[in-house]
Amino acid sequence: MRKYNKLVFELSRPGRKAYKLPKLDVEEVKLGEIIPSEYLSDEELDLPEVSEVDIIRHYTNLANLNYGVDTGFYPLGSCTMKYNPKINEDMAGLDGFKNIHPLQPEETVQGALRLMYELDQALCEISGMDKMTLQPAAGAHGELTGLALIKAYHENRGDTKRTKIIVPDSAHGTNPASAKVAGFDIIEIKSTEEGLVDVESLKAALNDEVAGLMLTNPNTLGLFEREIVEIAELVHEAGGLLYYDGANANAILGKVRPGDMGFDVVHFNLHKTFSTPHGGGGPGSGPVGVKKILMDYLPTPTVEKDGDRYYLNYDIPHSVGRMKDFYGHFGILVRAYTYILTMGKDGLNRISDMAVLNANYLASKLKAHYNLAKDTIYKHEFVMAGLIKSDLSEVTTLDVAKRLLDYGYHPPTIYFPLIVHEALMTEPTESESKETLDEFADILIKIAEEAKNQPELLKEAPHNTPVKRLDETTAARKPVLKYEG
Amino acid sequence: MKVLKDLYYTKDHEWVKVDGDEGYIGLTDYAQDQLGDIVYVELPEVDDEFEKDEVVSAVESVKAASDVYMPVSGKILEVNEALLDEPALLNEDPYKNWIVKFEFADKSQLDELMTSEEYEKYLEEEV
Amino acid sequence: MYTYIPNTPDDERQMLEAIGVSSIDELFKDIPENVKLNRELNLHPSMSELEVSRYLTKLAQKNKSINQMTCFLGAGAYDHYIPSIIGHITSKSEFYTSYTPYQPEVSQGTLRYIFEYQTLICNLTGMDVSNASLYDGGTAIAEAAFMAADITRRKQIIISKTVNPQYREILKTYAHLQNLEIVEVDEEGGVTNLEELREKLSDKTAAVIVQNPNFFGIIEDLKAIEEVTHSIKKTLLIASMNPISLGLLKKPSTLGVDIVVGEGQPLGVSLQFGGPYLGYIATKKEFMRKMPGRIVGETVDLDGNRGYVLTLQAREQHIRREKATSNICSNQGLNTLAAVVYLVSLGKKGLREVAIQSAQKAHYAFKQITKSGKYKPLFDKPFFMEFAVTSDLAPDKVSKALLDEDILGGYALEKDYPQYKNGILYAVTEKRTKEEIDKLSSVLEGII
Repeated sequence: MRKYNKLVFELSRPGRKAYKLPKLDVEEVKLGEIIPSEYLSDEELDLPEVSEVDIIRHYTNLANLNYGVDTGFYPLGSCTMKYNPKINEDMAGLDGFKNIHPLQPEETVQGALRLMYELDQALCEISGMDKMTLQPAAGAHGELTGLALIKAYHENRGDTKRTKIIVPDSAHGTNPASAKVAGFDIIEIKSTEEGLVDVESLKAALNDEVAGLMLTNPNTLGLFEREIVEIAELVHEAGGLLYYDGANANAILGKVRPGDMGFDVVHFNLHKTFSTPHGGGGPGSGPVGVKKILMDYLPTPTVEKDGDRYYLNYDIPHSVGRMKDFYGHFGILVRAYTYILTMGKDGLNRISDMAVLNANYLASKLKAHYNLAKDTIYKHEFVMAGLIKSDLSEVTTLDVAKRLLDYGYHPPTIYFPLIVHEALMTEPTESESKETLDEFADILIKIAEEAKNQPELLKEAPHNTPVKRLDETTAARKPVLKYEG
Repeated sequence: MKVLKDLYYTKDHEWVKVDGDEGYIGLTDYAQDQLGDIVYVELPEVDDEFEKDEVVSAVESVKAASDVYMPVSGKILEVNEALLDEPALLNEDPYKNWIVKFEFADKSQLDELMTSEEYEKYLEEEV
Repeated sequence: MYTYIPNTPDDERQMLEAIGVSSIDELFKDIPENVKLNRELNLHPSMSELEVSRYLTKLAQKNKSINQMTCFLGAGAYDHYIPSIIGHITSKSEFYTSYTPYQPEVSQGTLRYIFEYQTLICNLTGMDVSNASLYDGGTAIAEAAFMAADITRRKQIIISKTVNPQYREILKTYAHLQNLEIVEVDEEGGVTNLEELREKLSDKTAAVIVQNPNFFGIIEDLKAIEEVTHSIKKTLLIASMNPISLGLLKKPSTLGVDIVVGEGQPLGVSLQFGGPYLGYIATKKEFMRKMPGRIVGETVDLDGNRGYVLTLQAREQHIRREKATSNICSNQGLNTLAAVVYLVSLGKKGLREVAIQSAQKAHYAFKQITKSGKYKPLFDKPFFMEFAVTSDLAPDKVSKALLDEDILGGYALEKDYPQYKNGILYAVTEKRTKEEIDKLSSVLEGII
């Protein structure tokens, strides 16, 4: 079954079906009488015909071709692949949450609004901000929303020449991409040898055309930006605002808050820090928090409270408008709030303790065999610059990653951050036990041995997966993007 | 890396071949080697005009993308449509397979480009 | 101890020793003292599963679900039948606990269902390419507008006022960021005013955006709109379409639409108070490389076996950074899977049957409600499964009277269309029964 290689279209047989609707119980009129025939299609639909059993088996087989957090260790750096608690799913599935229409009268959704209000407050406390919008659909969408707020802030002050956003070269690619989509030009600043923001370069880049700085802290190397207070002061003195990319917030829960570090706007990835499922790539959720100075620009509506009544507030004086349909990914918000309630103030703090402990422990076990990009104390993740003595063979980080698949592990993030050659960016999260980390380290060390003695084993890896290495060049040169039969 | 005589070169690894008031632009052997298997070439439209250093084309491999900058100002006369179907031509022979043919706006801008000797030296120093 | 954190105090001790530090605090010493929190978060202490579940169940019970009411509300989110198997498949944890398929060798499950999704959306719309990366119907319109501006190198977008007001608001918010000019074309009798469109259109226009069926449920004359739009060279036609309506209506590809987008929620995604849903997009092959987000393509592995990968990645943010076509890096994975299972479950016959039953029941409801003359049709144009009526009664009053009878009434149009003061938009899906519709009309009839 691990070699299952079918598409649902290949299961289709004329006459099969997997649905049954009740018989139409209203008087039937001729279709042409209610909808003009020139609007109606006269073709049959090009959809498959399969039975319910076919469908269940097909997707069960497809599921078996996948690797998830529930399958095993998934140390994908900057993605925070922690365990997705099952109670979260149950709570999101409660009838009163799952089956409510977004446009129902407010008095019929008081529980949903209250949940959103309480989540807003909890995220404010965790981030040190004053108000959240729960609208953004994903991290990148949170970035876009935050940048829209920064833009509106400057525009409203008549400060229209601020058209530039500063991004460190260690940043995730979405930062410059979001800034561009938000209509800004990007100034990239170099990192220091140590991997931190180069304060001198920052000073040189700051002027009255700078709208703000986007920063991830800890950064993508897993290092805390120690000069953050000075950085914040410099940006503020130059009239800019500070954006906190919360991709790495798992390292700082209950330890330090973006708001206290001087950030004006923050996004969290609920699917990273707050345990909601990654879902094969989505849907996620990227709430954005702001300090008081940006509250008047938030997208509408926000959730507010008046006595015992919760309501949607559309009355925000300089609102940027609306970033998405309705109020955000409510189903994801329910899961994240379930997690925050479960962990509580003590548990959230413990998450960061263990996420950081796990990362440093794993780094300490591997540093004799792999190039640690920096030999220092890390936060929740660390970056290895490939194998030590990799110059002796042709073995690359890609080969190491592919060989890990043979041993049943999902590899770390590879070739990112861009500033580290042959990068393996590893984030174990707090979900893993010491034994899991020990076993993983042993395998990586074994792979390092194989690289020396049997490099071909790595070059041809993976050997045991449902498919072998795939030809990405042909896929891109001659794109086949749908099934043609 | 192959470097042809009689062409002009840029620091971004484009070459220019001069043919009277017209010219051709392509990628150097070094550039194609750095990119790896090229999977797509984005081409401008004929009659589009570009200033020197404006992006005129983009070349993509599986894991990288590189903009092609106009080495000198000019108007596009022809684009090499064969590259749309077979982007690999740029890997196979980057000097034979030009990307665009153009008309010079100001031929004196050629003086700012490198000769083949200068480009070879530049490559040695950079690599 | 916490149930999701396995390390014991003994593990902790051994690990600290291996690292060579004496305490966990030492691992945080790079955080400057003056910004450290140095206090507990002001939140509730941790809770047991029973306590959490008790609390949240209580909150959920404060909501009135559509299982406790009969839903005639639509306006962008619809109460269609969701086959039972969808939930069983999307709750397989190999699907929901995986991430973006960066390692294709262990992600063929995700890659395959996205490839199936791309195929299904193409087959339904008749377009050449599609992908699974957009968040919802509203942002899909904004992304399509950006795409059109990029393709045509023009800065003006024309949008009809018959497009969902939320979608238009999102478009305006996005457009401001890139200095795109948004021009609205008024509606006349519930459809796009073609004359006004013709007047406003120029060679500055990147795209014309319409919705079909439109916000009032009315079927627009897409062919006529297409002719006007394409009278200007290069200008693109973007249509937002309810995917269920494609079970019945002509494929947008046959009508000359350049980019088709829409809200995918009707395809088996629960209402869940507005999200997560999914946006769909489909376009012509020539615009393939301008599409935002991830795309899955077919290829072969080293042994020549068929396999799937993320492809055309050089357009994306992780390679192009600020030159990327979009900042989107997620896909709507799990909801895409729901839509795939929905479309294959209903299949060739079923999607059409859902569309026909919805249309038949909506027309029956329309007839019953407007029979006595107390409620008058707001428009006299052909509609699909939503229709607007008006009366002397204030919408609030109507809504309340219906709610008292456990009926979730329609959408009041006044907020978005002040000219339709007492107008209410009702949606009727295949899920409604004759009995429910008769009750709706009789309660409506009885309101004084």
